[in-house]
Amino acid sequence: MLTQLLRLALLTLSLLLPTQIARAQDAVDIPAQIAAMGEASLKELTQIVVELSSTGDNSVVPVLTALADGNLYLDETSGRVIIQTGSAITDPLTGEAVDLGAEADLSRIRVNNGLRRDISAALSGMTLMSDNPSTRLSAAQGFLAKPDAANLPLLDEAIAAETDANVRSAMQAARAVTILTSEDASIEDKNAAVPQVVAGAGRNAITILTGALSNAPDEVKPTIEAAIAGLEQGRAVWGALQNVWFGVSLGSVLLLAAIGLAITFGVMGVINMAHGEMVMLGAYTTFLVQLVIRQNFPGLLDYSLLIALPVAFLVTGAIGVGIERGIIRWLYGRPLETLLATWGLSLILQQTVRSIFGPTNQMVIAPTWMSGSTEFFGLAITYNRFWIVIFALIVFFALLLVLNRTPLGLQMRAVTQNRRMASAMGIRTPFVDAMTFGLGSGIAGLAGVALTQIDNISPNLGQNYIIDSFMVVVFGGVGNLWGTFVGALTLGVANKFLEPYAGAVLGKILILVLIILFIQRRPRGLFALKGRAIEQ
Amino acid sequence: MLTQALFRALDKKAVWVIGIFLAVAVLVPMANLLIPPGQFGHVPTYLVSLLGKYLSYAILALALDLVWGYCGILSLGHSAFFALGGYAMGMYLMRQIGTRGVYGNPTLPDFMVFLNWKELPWYWYGFDNFWFAMAMVVLVPGLLAFIFGFFAFRSRVTGVYLSIITQAMTFALLLAFFRNDMGFGGNNGLTDFKDILGAPVQAQSTRVILFAATAIALALSVLICSMIVNSKLGKVMVAVRDAESRTRFIGYRVEYVKLFAFTVSAIMAGIAGALYVPQVGIINPGEFEPGNSIEVVIWTAVGGRGTLVGPIIGAIVVNLGKSWFTSALPEFWLFALGALFIFVTLFLPKGIVGLWKQLFGASRKKAEEPAAPTPAQSADIERGEDPSTFDNVQPRPAE
Repeated sequence: MLTQLLRLALLTLSLLLPTQIARAQDAVDIPAQIAAMGEASLKELTQIVVELSSTGDNSVVPVLTALADGNLYLDETSGRVIIQTGSAITDPLTGEAVDLGAEADLSRIRVNNGLRRDISAALSGMTLMSDNPSTRLSAAQGFLAKPDAANLPLLDEAIAAETDANVRSAMQAARAVTILTSEDASIEDKNAAVPQVVAGAGRNAITILTGALSNAPDEVKPTIEAAIAGLEQGRAVWGALQNVWFGVSLGSVLLLAAIGLAITFGVMGVINMAHGEMVMLGAYTTFLVQLVIRQNFPGLLDYSLLIALPVAFLVTGAIGVGIERGIIRWLYGRPLETLLATWGLSLILQQTVRSIFGPTNQMVIAPTWMSGSTEFFGLAITYNRFWIVIFALIVFFALLLVLNRTPLGLQMRAVTQNRRMASAMGIRTPFVDAMTFGLGSGIAGLAGVALTQIDNISPNLGQNYIIDSFMVVVFGGVGNLWGTFVGALTLGVANKFLEPYAGAVLGKILILVLIILFIQRRPRGLFALKGRAIEQ
Repeated sequence: MLTQALFRALDKKAVWVIGIFLAVAVLVPMANLLIPPGQFGHVPTYLVSLLGKYLSYAILALALDLVWGYCGILSLGHSAFFALGGYAMGMYLMRQIGTRGVYGNPTLPDFMVFLNWKELPWYWYGFDNFWFAMAMVVLVPGLLAFIFGFFAFRSRVTGVYLSIITQAMTFALLLAFFRNDMGFGGNNGLTDFKDILGAPVQAQSTRVILFAATAIALALSVLICSMIVNSKLGKVMVAVRDAESRTRFIGYRVEYVKLFAFTVSAIMAGIAGALYVPQVGIINPGEFEPGNSIEVVIWTAVGGRGTLVGPIIGAIVVNLGKSWFTSALPEFWLFALGALFIFVTLFLPKGIVGLWKQLFGASRKKAEEPAAPTPAQSADIERGEDPSTFDNVQPRPAE
């Protein structure tokens, strides 16, 4: 009770209308006061505003807001006071829709700037005392953005009453900013205020402090400058972490796109130029799967991506085996010509898809569990990126298992290391080739499913990734999958770190030049296979 | 020595090819200028420019053939050299516009005025002089190829790896030239040319002269390539193509041989680009597209690599097809091109020229000289497989 009294006292003090204190306490008849607003003069309105705000009742907030915004009307016919926003007419207290009938004759209740200021002060006072912590927090942030020395007592009182640590810290920051910007605060107070701003103002602290720096007295300037320097250092660290995350995210996309390419290149020595189109076909498969599910089983819509994964793998894998059997095996031992034939194939696939689906972008709706974002120690992480990173890791380790723990994987590694010897040991190399190509293409299809979440599904989808994928493979080498893994993540992170300094395009150019230079040092990539079989 | 090389270069086939293009350089302009429009035999001016464009493509294909067909280096970045030569020419043509641009600035090209640049960047100095620009047409692609090749060949980057980094090179240049800050007109490139050496670019006579210049340049390119491949150096090039390690072990400096071929080829591509630009009237970063470079490879493959006539035939035939398809059946051009890639690699590894030889000249050819291994087989040899089993060019299953 005592605190409430004090609160109200301060509130009215801030409104410079001290005579109202005694009466304001108890029974203010809110509906009657609102009804009285209709015919009130400006001076009477001021009093009513004070009375209403002195109740501390949140239900008067809409009325006061409407009054300040000029949305509060008097219906001359019925004498009722209502809120009109757009065409909707509502009761000021209950917020219910009101039907005034055809004879309604609305006239706006007029306010002037002085009254508006009073209202806004009363409102922020009220919201600062609100029962809802988030309302209080936003009120404190409002003060933070527009510091005004007149609000200091109000803030002091609110801080004293505050129980929530977060909100209090924001209030203290608001108070500190107010002190910093006010003209009559002492030097000591100002110096003491700086750390509070740093603690409470969050991301805006640097802006606020920089703004305060120009007007600050000379004695305070060093403190502020030191604080800014500290904050910027912290921000640089967070910025770097954020970049690492972006880089990992980009790297995992590259990993998905390149890993299939890496195994076909490793085993067959062939760069499959149609690999990007396999990614594109995987994306279109996802689109079709979702279309079918939406039309026939709407309940499964959230799982359509999961259903699309095996479908896309099988579809692109089968196409891959078809390509190997139909084209690539005829070009055995002519890697450069295979490159040309698969390029031709990629043109045909692109044009086929363009003829069937049209050149425009298709949409795949994100399932609910992949939309939205979360904050992780201040890092903004979107769920779709997060899941793609996880998915890329799953695919990578699954592939690692296949290569290291299955008979097919053993044969594939044998063929990679020495084709002729493997063949002599009884491994059916043509079969291994077909399976490898199918596996690589299937993984490209999986990458396509993932890419539907972050990119447009268009016939050119694959083209955007193919050169980057080449770079990853060439950089990582074909010795083992870890080369691709390290290559993709390195390129992803390096790209994102160069971007802020050099810009996106120049950053990419630098990466390309660095790869070209790197190849000079290690012509077979980071993880090259060693041994006589590889030396030509 | 040079005369000897020249003499050796002028074998029967090369003489024919050079003669044909010198004749074309004279006959087509005559057909355009002397025969009045409407009469039989008249070549309209637009067609002259179109043919000129094909011939500059033919020079580019020949340049690629020198490195790919004879030296075994599959460059997927040759359109970069082509475009650099084109840009050098374009810069000269831009400077010739003078005050006739939209903004009427005597030194700055329009796009620089538009970007609010105050003075000409240093790398634009000198391009108002024709001969300086021509020197740059040769030097810029040549120097880039020399530096790139010096490092790449020294560290023995070969095969698919080399193809991919040449592609990375052209992709990097593509991105760079798209940037407005680079000072090459960004996305729009250089266009709206007015004069070349004082003559208006659009005029009939200029176009005819440009055509003739292109045809003569092509003839000269054939001559130079013929000189190179018929010299001892040319034999070493073929050796490098067919068995690089063996050639190195015998004692040749493989990297220098490759570097020579690569640089000469890049210079030829640059000249082709310089001839191309005034005839089409524009140069933009799209010319750096990696896809363009791969298309050049297919021209060469269609015509027949490892021959001097093949790439020229290939460039002209494929581009005629492209012109026809993109106007008659635009939907199907990519199908046709893609099918061409697959068909040629599967069934015509020696291209049209190879087919011709197989059909008409096989017996005579065999009598004259022992069959040299084709590039198609070279990779097999590298893999240590017996080349003798691959004499037939028919498709065959693996092992």
